[in-house]
Amino acid sequence: MLDLHGYWPLLVDGAWLTLKVALASVVLGLVFGLLGATAKLSRSIILRGIATGYTAVVRGLPELLLLLIIFYGGTLLVQDVWSGLGGESYIDIPPFVAGTFTLAFVFGAYATEVFRGAIMAVPKGQVEAAYAVGMGRFQVFRRVLLPQVWRFALPGLGNLWLVLLKDTSLISVVNLNELMYNSRAAAGKTHEPFTFFFIAGLIYLAFTIVSMMVLQYSERRARRGVRAM
Amino acid sequence: MIDSIPELLEGLAVTAQLVAFALALGFCLAIPLALLRTSRHLALWMPVYIFIFVFRGTPLLVQIFIVYYGLGQSEAVRESFLWPFFKEAYWCAIFTFTLNTSAYTAEILRGAIQAVPYGEIEAARAIGMGRLLVLRRIVVPRAFRLALPAYGNEIILMLKGSALASTITLLDLTGVARVIVSRTFAPYELFLMAALMYLILTLIIVRALKYAEWRLSPHLRPPSQNV
Repeated sequence: MLDLHGYWPLLVDGAWLTLKVALASVVLGLVFGLLGATAKLSRSIILRGIATGYTAVVRGLPELLLLLIIFYGGTLLVQDVWSGLGGESYIDIPPFVAGTFTLAFVFGAYATEVFRGAIMAVPKGQVEAAYAVGMGRFQVFRRVLLPQVWRFALPGLGNLWLVLLKDTSLISVVNLNELMYNSRAAAGKTHEPFTFFFIAGLIYLAFTIVSMMVLQYSERRARRGVRAM
Repeated sequence: MIDSIPELLEGLAVTAQLVAFALALGFCLAIPLALLRTSRHLALWMPVYIFIFVFRGTPLLVQIFIVYYGLGQSEAVRESFLWPFFKEAYWCAIFTFTLNTSAYTAEILRGAIQAVPYGEIEAARAIGMGRLLVLRRIVVPRAFRLALPAYGNEIILMLKGSALASTITLLDLTGVARVIVSRTFAPYELFLMAALMYLILTLIIVRALKYAEWRLSPHLRPPSQNV
């Protein structure tokens, strides 16, 4: 059953690209999440409104539809703006960019809630105490908030990462040659769809297992020095 | 854009059907799975644990492709009485969604079952209830209430996941939108219209869940609301 007719390298290439998309998305998604949480906790009604709209819309829409909107709609939008500015040539959003942006956008919406919860979980007195001993805003963030927010947010972010890893498979729909796309290509050539989708499934499962081990390790590390209940 | 609304509504009906079917079947399947998962016998909880782990650890897209495109690869499946069933994209989607949601739901229910305060079970035993009676009268009703918020999330996730039905040629809401877009090349209007329909559906589900939570927790309401 494991005779892949020489398609191993194709799957490995796909898996590598899947990993790259996932990592790029998580970095951008964390930025979105931090911005979202800051906006949600800010005093400005406008910022709070934008952040609330962002999380509500993203969490209510299928990821696939969002991807299609950003890939097809976004391409058209960029095109329209470009020709509106007097541009002549044709502009294309590469699938990698559209995919990464979509996944980061979705990740960011959920991460906003995780970060908001984590920031609120830091006792207020500690922040006040830090200001009282003369720390600046940035120092309070780096020395008091960050180490604790990190620990509170890690389990939630870990779950989001696992979801993101699986969602990367959707990008195959807009023709990015990641793992799922390559499995489809190989399945089409060999007429053995079960074999290739099964292998793809195993590779995703392996990614999940490795991620869970890394997450467990980092949660333990983030918890060091905390008294056990 | 306006004249594509009837078509989109048909897609919406397919989406609602898929989700309703899968959730109902998946929930029925999840209850025994959750009970097996909490069992102390390795032979009972281990297979369920692996089932849940595999379905939660792989993308829904892979699962649906394995069922729709993959199963036909085997001669045995193509010649069996099940083939008329697995030949149809519609049933493949329902089959996959059901197994997928049952894995997630079983895990949610397991958490809820284990969160039922042990004193209540002991008390039920003490007044002479048998194992099944304790399960039926105490554990299951309590677990349902405890599981409701998490299960609500799963309902929304299933609705969002159902868009993948469009990748195996089904004309659900996303599928219809994609077909019309490829015909008219008006991606903004069509996709945004479909998005609006999904949002409305999500909003209705969220409202219904709030109401269910309110109904199921009379003991948490302030007395004035109990009239």
